[in-house]
Amino acid sequence: MLAYCIKRSVVALMVAVTVSIISFALLHLSGDLAQSLAGPSATAADVEQVRKAYGLDRPIVVQYADWIARAVRGDFGESFFLKVPVGELLADRLPITLTLGICALAFALALSLPLGVLAAVRPNSWLDRLALGLSVLGQALPSFWFALILIIIFGLKLRWLPVSGNATWEHFVLPAIALGYYATPAFMRLTRAGMLEVLASDYIRTARAKGLRPLTVLFKHALRNAIIPVVAVAAVQFGFMLGGSIVIESVFSLHGVGYLGWEAISRADFPVVQAIVLILACIYVLLTLLADMLNAVLDPRIRVH
Amino acid sequence: MAIDTFVSVEEILAPGRGAQLRARIFGHTTILIGAGVVMFMLAVAVLAPWLAPDDPFAQDLSQRLLPPVWHERGSWTHVLGTDQLGRDYLSRLIYGSRISLVVGASAAAMSALIGTMLGVFGGYFGGRVDLIVGFIITTRLAMPVILVALAVAAFIGSSLEIVIAVLGLLLWDRFAVVTRSATMQVRSLDYIAAARAIGSSTSRIILTEILPNIANALVVVATLEMAQAILLEATLSFLGLGIPPPAPSWGLMIAEGKEYMFFSPWVITIPGATLFALVLAINLLGDGLRDITAPENR
Amino acid sequence: MSALLEVEQLDVRIPVIGGILHPVRAVSLSIRRGDMLCIVGESGCGKSLTSLALMNLLPARAQRSAQRLVFDGIDLLRLDERAMSDLRGNAMAMIFQEPMTSLNPCYTIGTQLTETLRRHRPVAQRAAREHAVELLEKVGITGAADRLSQYPHQLSGGLRQRVMIAMALMCDPKLLIADEPTTALDVTVQAQILHLLAALRRELDMAVMLITHDLGIVARVGTHAAVMYAGEIVETGTAAEVFARPAHPYTQGLLRCVPVPGRTKRRARLGSIPGLVPSLIGDPQGCAFRNRCSHAFADCASTRVTLAEISPGRSYRCLLSPERLAENALAAASAGA
Repeated sequence: MLAYCIKRSVVALMVAVTVSIISFALLHLSGDLAQSLAGPSATAADVEQVRKAYGLDRPIVVQYADWIARAVRGDFGESFFLKVPVGELLADRLPITLTLGICALAFALALSLPLGVLAAVRPNSWLDRLALGLSVLGQALPSFWFALILIIIFGLKLRWLPVSGNATWEHFVLPAIALGYYATPAFMRLTRAGMLEVLASDYIRTARAKGLRPLTVLFKHALRNAIIPVVAVAAVQFGFMLGGSIVIESVFSLHGVGYLGWEAISRADFPVVQAIVLILACIYVLLTLLADMLNAVLDPRIRVH
Repeated sequence: MAIDTFVSVEEILAPGRGAQLRARIFGHTTILIGAGVVMFMLAVAVLAPWLAPDDPFAQDLSQRLLPPVWHERGSWTHVLGTDQLGRDYLSRLIYGSRISLVVGASAAAMSALIGTMLGVFGGYFGGRVDLIVGFIITTRLAMPVILVALAVAAFIGSSLEIVIAVLGLLLWDRFAVVTRSATMQVRSLDYIAAARAIGSSTSRIILTEILPNIANALVVVATLEMAQAILLEATLSFLGLGIPPPAPSWGLMIAEGKEYMFFSPWVITIPGATLFALVLAINLLGDGLRDITAPENR
Repeated sequence: MSALLEVEQLDVRIPVIGGILHPVRAVSLSIRRGDMLCIVGESGCGKSLTSLALMNLLPARAQRSAQRLVFDGIDLLRLDERAMSDLRGNAMAMIFQEPMTSLNPCYTIGTQLTETLRRHRPVAQRAAREHAVELLEKVGITGAADRLSQYPHQLSGGLRQRVMIAMALMCDPKLLIADEPTTALDVTVQAQILHLLAALRRELDMAVMLITHDLGIVARVGTHAAVMYAGEIVETGTAAEVFARPAHPYTQGLLRCVPVPGRTKRRARLGSIPGLVPSLIGDPQGCAFRNRCSHAFADCASTRVTLAEISPGRSYRCLLSPERLAENALAAASAGA
């Protein structure tokens, strides 16, 4: 068991490092960083000065080694643009993105789990077809457009919710919906399929034969089993949501990590971009490890005693 | 009467395979709707020069932000109104379909190539090769796609070709996963062992035995990834780092219309709705193809 | 003593693509406290569905109908689902064939045992656990207290079936329905479980309806037997009567198939019943067994055959009298031997 954990952790680490190498290479090789920093009106001499000042004249491998050595100690360097440590910027913005992600996940689960259960309890009914239909529609809906429509309807016409900033919890409602709806179809179909399979199983027949009440059978016995794969998928989807938050954050002016990344990209603020990519990759691999752990926690058969 | 052709009783009484297939296709309304809309968009894209009433790039600042014809101030000269630079909206919408379809198809083709190669190699050779392929896939999944795409586009500068290349290089993961598991399933079947036994080379086996049998899964994934690519191009363009203006990319049209959306909502609802319709149609097509080619339907 | 369970003319119909499937046809039987009634028949003869019909656990599209269905004085036909679920696991309990998959893998044995008791009786968790331990010991599980915190996948098939029996006994049922409880178990474990069921029946004065395809089981533990073929009961009686003097040609055929150590001679031909079970879709004309019966004659194809009573509790479904059947058998034996 321990050997398995260690092996998984090592692989996870390697993945995170590889991602950082790739993004480092991409960013450095995709253009002249010094040029973008110096600006369009700089002379060749200015650009050379900038290059030396930021250490951009060293071989790329050296630059990377230097960066990663400092990154593992939490030192992500300084933002080219804002002249503050990147670590501080991240510490400021990460909670907002995490909050957004959690709200979005909560919304997606709150919508998809009941629908999935209902659809499985009455397969091929109008409810089932409605749920499947909604899931097909949800997967085709462009998130940024949906976000704008939500703003028009709820922010402008009905004036129920605020549409920019992150002062109160209400500021997170529309963004959470706009970010979370995309995962809903997958969750719903997974729940539905899982429930259909579980409801046909022998232990559900036993539960009914014991005279347990229908709701007990449905939730305590059936859903408890059907939900195991959903939880693992949810952990991974959370990772994707964090990565995709950039769109929603920019539409709703939420100052999270995604928005920071967007600003950094448009300002060629390279250290910030690099740090964000690494952080998001690390969070993703942590989430996949978490998904495995959750599987073991929820399914007694997987645990090794 | 010739007795060299043997006809069984079943073949006389039951409908032939072609008839069965046709019955399944036409009985499946969603795939018809999907295919219909996709063909329509395709036709619009190809016939754009003849269908569009105006030049999509022609600006006329005196005609800014005219509403569509169903609005009180609208008129038939500009059926869907004009944008903030006075360009005819309908024409831009029509030419925009070209961008979406070209990007979608090209990116899907490119990622299909990359993903299938990886998936087949990993699934066929197993062992170390498979471990490496698995690692590559996980690494790709750990990368925040939009962020990296934006960054690359920002630093290289963006254009149609670059967007296609970036999307093609980033969207292959589902291809790899699906072809890998399909290959692993096919590899263990008897006729692969038979092919090896008669001395077929690996490349021959892959091309003639494995690929045709995973083609079904591949086609389904290809349609779904094409829809994904179209959505991503629109998102990138919306964020300003996709197809550069003044191209009539639907995502870009929405971005440009964002400032005016409170007073002239049609500038974002119309292109968004067409984008939604196209992606939905492709998804329906993909889902329908999956239902038809799934083994339990054979 | 009046019967605990009385079933008259029980029918189950299921609409399927080819028509209406009729897997349980006019089944009538009765059980008294302390009886072990074995319902015997081959796979697909409708015995499992009969038991599910009694508990009203049939699949959604199946329709149940009966002239009379009375359990412990309660008319089961009139009970709504809520009242029926009050009976299940309580006065009427059921165990199934596949112990490996009949327990929820996510909950401990203890949880699954105590929830049965607490559903039907107002007891505290601690008292429920104590009762569970008692019953686990009664069904022969050692280290019962520790078992409560174990998960089903940690137990063998035989142990799991014992747990199922303990679970069924939690609320002191008056009737235990056991649907092929030993079919999926090893032979040695089979004997133990059967022995256990017989002992429990005697000790608790419980009625047991044991469904099986194995005649050996009937001989070993049954008090009464009801033979089913193609959805119908074709013979009833005490186990001794049915074994010693089988009245229906099907029962006779079944018994001929089983070699008896000591009696069956070497190289003797083992019996077999030629032919296949008829389709259960639609309603049959005449006797369902006629295509496989060596005594069949013209009337068998057209006359509806009803259960004829030989003596109280002893009946069979055939147009020919037992004496005629015996004559025919002798004639066939002397002609063919």
